[in-house]
Amino acid sequence: MEALLSQLPIGLSIAAVLMLVALGLTFTFGQMGVINMAHGEFMMAGAYTAYVLQDWTGREAVLAALPVAFAVAGAMGLVLERAAVRRFYGRPLDTLLLTWGVSLVLQQLARDIFGAPNVQVRAPGWLDGGVRMFGSQLPYTRLFIIVLAAVSALAIWAYQNRTRQGRRMRSVMQNRQLAACSGIDTGRVDQLTFFIGSGLAGVAGVALTLIGPIGPNLGTYYIVDAFLVVVAGGLGRLRGAVIAALALGLLDSYAEFWTDASLAKVIGFAAIVVFLQARPQGLFVLRSRALT
Amino acid sequence: MTARMRGPALFTAVALLVLVVAPAVLDPFRLGLLAKYLCFAIAALGIGLAWGQGGMLTLGQGVFFGLGGYSMAMYLKLHDAGPGNLPDFMVWSGVERLPLLWKPFTSPVFAIAAAVVVPAAAAALLGLLVFRQRVRGAYFAILSQALAAAFTIWLVGQQGLTGGTNGLTHFYDVFGRDPETDGAKRIFYFVVAVVLGALYLLARQLMKSRFGRLLVAVRDGEDRVRFLGYNPATVKTVAFAVSAAMAGIAGALYVPVVGIISPSLLGVVPSIELVVAVAIGGRFSLAGAALGGVLLNWAHTTFSEQYPSGWVYLQGLMFILVIMVAPGGVAGAARWAAEAIGRRRTGRGPSSVPEPAGPTHGQKEVAAP
Amino acid sequence: MTSPSPPASAAAPASEAPALLEIRGLEVVFGGFRALTGVDLTVRQGELRFLIGPNGAGKTTLIDVITGLTRPASGSVGFAGTSLLGRREHRIVRLGIGRTFQTSVVFEELTVAENIDLAACFRRPLPALLRQRRGTSEAVATALERTGLAGFADRPAGVLSHGQRQWLEIGMLIAQRPRLLLLDEPVAGMSRTERDRTGELLVEIAKDHTVIVVEHDMEFLRRYASQVTVLHEGSVLMEGDVAAVQADARVQEVYLGRPREEKTP
Repeated sequence: MEALLSQLPIGLSIAAVLMLVALGLTFTFGQMGVINMAHGEFMMAGAYTAYVLQDWTGREAVLAALPVAFAVAGAMGLVLERAAVRRFYGRPLDTLLLTWGVSLVLQQLARDIFGAPNVQVRAPGWLDGGVRMFGSQLPYTRLFIIVLAAVSALAIWAYQNRTRQGRRMRSVMQNRQLAACSGIDTGRVDQLTFFIGSGLAGVAGVALTLIGPIGPNLGTYYIVDAFLVVVAGGLGRLRGAVIAALALGLLDSYAEFWTDASLAKVIGFAAIVVFLQARPQGLFVLRSRALT
Repeated sequence: MTARMRGPALFTAVALLVLVVAPAVLDPFRLGLLAKYLCFAIAALGIGLAWGQGGMLTLGQGVFFGLGGYSMAMYLKLHDAGPGNLPDFMVWSGVERLPLLWKPFTSPVFAIAAAVVVPAAAAALLGLLVFRQRVRGAYFAILSQALAAAFTIWLVGQQGLTGGTNGLTHFYDVFGRDPETDGAKRIFYFVVAVVLGALYLLARQLMKSRFGRLLVAVRDGEDRVRFLGYNPATVKTVAFAVSAAMAGIAGALYVPVVGIISPSLLGVVPSIELVVAVAIGGRFSLAGAALGGVLLNWAHTTFSEQYPSGWVYLQGLMFILVIMVAPGGVAGAARWAAEAIGRRRTGRGPSSVPEPAGPTHGQKEVAAP
Repeated sequence: MTSPSPPASAAAPASEAPALLEIRGLEVVFGGFRALTGVDLTVRQGELRFLIGPNGAGKTTLIDVITGLTRPASGSVGFAGTSLLGRREHRIVRLGIGRTFQTSVVFEELTVAENIDLAACFRRPLPALLRQRRGTSEAVATALERTGLAGFADRPAGVLSHGQRQWLEIGMLIAQRPRLLLLDEPVAGMSRTERDRTGELLVEIAKDHTVIVVEHDMEFLRRYASQVTVLHEGSVLMEGDVAAVQADARVQEVYLGRPREEKTP
């Protein structure tokens, strides 16, 4: 029992990272049908933002970087949306391939600017140490990430439900045509969604600097799992993404605990396929009047 | 030349080029490289079948390539070690008894059969599970990519069983020949080329059959097909399994040609690179897909050593351009050009044959409700 | 579509014929909305039945339930003695029920003949499909001829006009020799001449098939319908021949939207 509980903080912190990465993805995917493979590189951009900032701010880089990384990654997302992606709305497969090309270029850019080896961002002093939970040590850095993920999810929820812009976003997500007919400028909403979604990737990237060194390939490690969260959680569903991230994060840590790391991913994949046997409904909609 | 004869004539010309001209003018090293590209072309052909014709964007084809490659490599390792001995890497990682999984691979017949059957069976299982539940389009793409990620992580983790990161390498005796000799390289080349040609003809025949028409119909209107009394899941599963078998064959041939199979050849990135190759060659044409497999890997080998950074930019930009400007890839562009010339020559109005290279299936499949 | 025979005789109600489709107490709920509230419907072998009703009456929902697209909350759907509920869509088709959709979907890259041929081969096992199509089978030829698309046999279906697509869909259905055809608004968006041709085609088909037609177009109804079922707000308002339906005050009310107070004496 104790062993069971001791895995909980680890699972939670894995889940928190997944959640941060997947939150932005689920909106760009849910609202615009865009599979943004460059999302991982927006994370990387956020991480390098913290790395660059630490020249001025020293160890407090992480806090200072949160808003800056949000803006940097958000701006990158906006450029991508305007320049290319907006021509491919509703064609997820094409956006997947297109943004993969973008992600290749961004990775190489990072390699050419910052060098191929990983770099380190030092965590603030007040995050040294940790707290004992259920017989295992939970570093304050991990705790910070859990809190950050929770705050981000809450902020998104509040934005969607409490602000006029957020409600517009939800309406476009639910019925694009109807929203357009009711006078909502869907193009602007799309831009904003892409900005926020990509900005969240930047925030996730800053969080990742607390876990370990960062490098040009940072995004590729997380993007696949993050997409699995989006698939399991359902399109553009905040609650779905949160629950799926928790489930996958916990499953990952427990599977790793009982078997080993290399099997954990296989078990996670199998779990998703099994889950889809029970709940594929959330994943597609069939309208009978206009088939296909 | 009539349109009916153009295909066979072109096929014969390419066959002559590959089987007669290339071996005559290329040195053994270059011929070995070409054999490697042709292996990728076989895998690309499979992707062309699943994606271009069947609308299933599979981003995990490396898994099936790997299953085929490891089947072959396991036999070769056991053969090199000799009866009763363990392969060298197992000895190094302290394995004392041959794992159960390896035992049947002492038989070359079993290994070769497994290289085809195991990938096909794995794909059929996954296909049945997800297609039956109508998981499709982007969701299928993401799942297949996750499979590739999980598979490579598993391979790396099982050092004693799979050779870990290093994979399986150092083969000294491939069906009675030293793979390093020029003669062996030549033979491997011919085997790969003939297999590619045969599989191409097979895939073409498949697409001409009613099953092929049905596959296209499923791609363009899966739900409509259901209301014609067919189960689209079965159609897709069969096509996916065939495409996986092709990847398996490609992997099995790759091992003697290149002399290694390792996780870094099968992960998320190599799998997606295969898809890139198909997109650039032309996803709506089987020949285009195979051509893309050769072209992209040739470009990769040629440029990446001299300009590693430049190559990545070029690859990324090429890809962005193909998706944005020419979704039909090289084959689509060639067809378009041929039609434009034909129109000018005959001086007639627009050709009666509609341009089939449009990304019709992509537009129809909308993710959001 | 050669001899436009008088519609009434072609679709003679076969009142003694055995029931082919029997629907009892059908209820469908979407979220909180009750789309169908206890529908009873019997269609006999050989009948040509029109299903009409204002928007939102539940016509398409009813068809969706029959073809397995929508699961009802309660009720039964029997087809020639077997229940259709809980069966997968393609299984229902194999029992002999074919349908068209309001927005026609044909396979644009395949030729017209290939479209029909695929439909005709739906009972063949997969291995038998691996053979190439050679020539034109009788079923395909008949469907091409009946729909008047013979001239387009080798053209890709993508070049067809809206009306021709609807005919192609009907042709694909005929080639399957179904026991029951469900046509969902076959003349929506068609020109007058196209509607006439569709009507003739319908009469022709009804000679040897049981057909249910969902339709909005009143003029089309007057010309080609004999037996009509009127749906309103998820239940059957009335059933009868065209004249009776047209004369019925309740039907006029739901169609013209006259308030209840005015009508009641």
